Amino acid sequence: MPGVEAGQLARLATYPFVVISWVDDAGYPVSVATAFAVDQAAGTVSLTGPVGDAVAVPTDREVNVLGSHIRPTPGQGYDERRYLQLWGRAAAVVSGRIAFTPAQAWGWDEAEIPFFEYSERSVPQSRRYLAQLSEEQGRTVRPRLSLGWLLLRTTRLPFLSATLVPVLLGIAVAARHGDFNWWLALVTILGASFAHLGINVSNDIFDTLSGADEANVNPTQFSGGSRVLIYDLLTLRQLVALDLGLFGGAAAIGLYLVWATASQTLLLIGVAGIVLGIAYTAPPVKLVYRGLGEIAVAIGFGPIMVLGAYAVQTGSLSWEASVASLPVAILVALILYVNEIPDRVGDAAAGKRTLPVRLSADVVTGIYLVLALAAFVAVGAGVAGGLLPIPALIALAAIPLVFRVYRGIRQNYGRPYALMASMGVNINLHLYVGGLLLVGYLIAIIVAAFT
Amino acid sequence: MGWLPDPVERLLEIALVGELTVVRSDGRPITHPLIPLYDGERILMHSSTLFSRKLEHIKRDPHVSVSLSDPIALNGMYGRATIQGTARVIEDDPHAQWERLILDLWRKKEPVIDAFLKMRVALPLFFERAVIEITPERCLFWADGDTGHAPEVMVAPRAVVA
Repeated sequence: MPGVEAGQLARLATYPFVVISWVDDAGYPVSVATAFAVDQAAGTVSLTGPVGDAVAVPTDREVNVLGSHIRPTPGQGYDERRYLQLWGRAAAVVSGRIAFTPAQAWGWDEAEIPFFEYSERSVPQSRRYLAQLSEEQGRTVRPRLSLGWLLLRTTRLPFLSATLVPVLLGIAVAARHGDFNWWLALVTILGASFAHLGINVSNDIFDTLSGADEANVNPTQFSGGSRVLIYDLLTLRQLVALDLGLFGGAAAIGLYLVWATASQTLLLIGVAGIVLGIAYTAPPVKLVYRGLGEIAVAIGFGPIMVLGAYAVQTGSLSWEASVASLPVAILVALILYVNEIPDRVGDAAAGKRTLPVRLSADVVTGIYLVLALAAFVAVGAGVAGGLLPIPALIALAAIPLVFRVYRGIRQNYGRPYALMASMGVNINLHLYVGGLLLVGYLIAIIVAAFT
Repeated sequence: MGWLPDPVERLLEIALVGELTVVRSDGRPITHPLIPLYDGERILMHSSTLFSRKLEHIKRDPHVSVSLSDPIALNGMYGRATIQGTARVIEDDPHAQWERLILDLWRKKEPVIDAFLKMRVALPLFFERAVIEITPERCLFWADGDTGHAPEVMVAPRAVVA
């Protein structure tokens, strides 16, 4: 049996004590804490105990030596979790000490493999266990979530801000032009939301089928998909049914809006949106697999949403709505772009050639800064060109967030969980810029009403 | 009521981490740090299905031992104990059964569990859990925590083991 690496013994030496375990003659494990010393040169561990006939360490079978550090922090849980297990033989007691020669090692240190990644790597074990349990019990035993949490997780509902911002902006631009129908506005929001959630779900289906989500062992709150299929919270059939329902709802509402507005422009925009949504992850086009996901998302959640919402209210298109869509288009694409950074290893394994897969860290962060600032240049240029109302400049107040995200992704590029804070701020950047543009439009509408 | 001596029961009631040793399929022991709970008679530990190898080991060979050894996890108490016993895995409904069986004990020992449970949606498989119910049969106790001398050895009354 091969010995353990010197590094493992060096690690063991960092623990304050060890627990030695063996299986006694009656078949019960015995485990006893003891002081110890490591002799790295000899590849052995010298144990000072245990002492007494009741805990005599056997020399005719393998024993286990555990170094464990799990710091309980009452009221907060545990941290600094790490442990190292060694298996090998104990030799006869010499000078009151037991010599242990390890032959095999296994352990975990959350400083090297964060708990969430450790958990993710253990998902296949959970599935195996539950499959075996189902067989033993003669019924299917699956993990569950309450319906509300399951829907939130499956559809990735919190990302709906990416739809609400452009749709409300399109409605606001139309309102500034004197066109506002609240019923059609509500139906537009509903239809666009169905479409967005449908795209999220289909993205999950294709990413799971392609293996991209399974290869990703660093999912975060913002990336790595819903994982409802990987966790077996839903079956593929259930997920496809949900997706068809969402797309069906979006299509029905879209057709109603086309009928209600009699706008062929809206029909064209709707068809373009559906084609783009399907082509995003569905084969054979799979835009996101070719490094074109950001452009598809920019067009879909920028001009298509803004102009679509505008067209519902007015029946036509406008340059102002197009220009207003640019900052939100850029910033929504950057949400995807940053969220792809922690996914890049899994994406690469699944052949998903996103920009963070193709480009170096420096180039990715550089592009982020340029594009994020370009969103604000678009606002300034739109106002300077007389297309956007002057109060829209209020959106420039969000510029500091760009630098917070930029610094965060530069510092934590290779650390998925540390990157989460920057991903959150980046999502807020899109939300705040969109919200501030809406405030700008509201001010412009109110000022126009009183002058 | 249980037969474990009072000082060992106190250790069980305080310990935020204990070491559960089980027997692997190859006959070798493996030890897992876990939070031990105690209902006055049996030791209750639990495991997520994510880290369920130990459950598979127990189902194949129910002989286990629990070691209470870390003074930090024992809030500074310096006694040490090893409890040998037989374990049973309770796993009829990994989603909810553990909550009914041990949540109150867990909450009493570590109230932060409620905050973690609110985040169940973030890590759903972590909260699919089985309970490991251990009937103590033999106890080794070092009152001063020094395992460099022989322990007190106590054995369960015959009725408990039966």
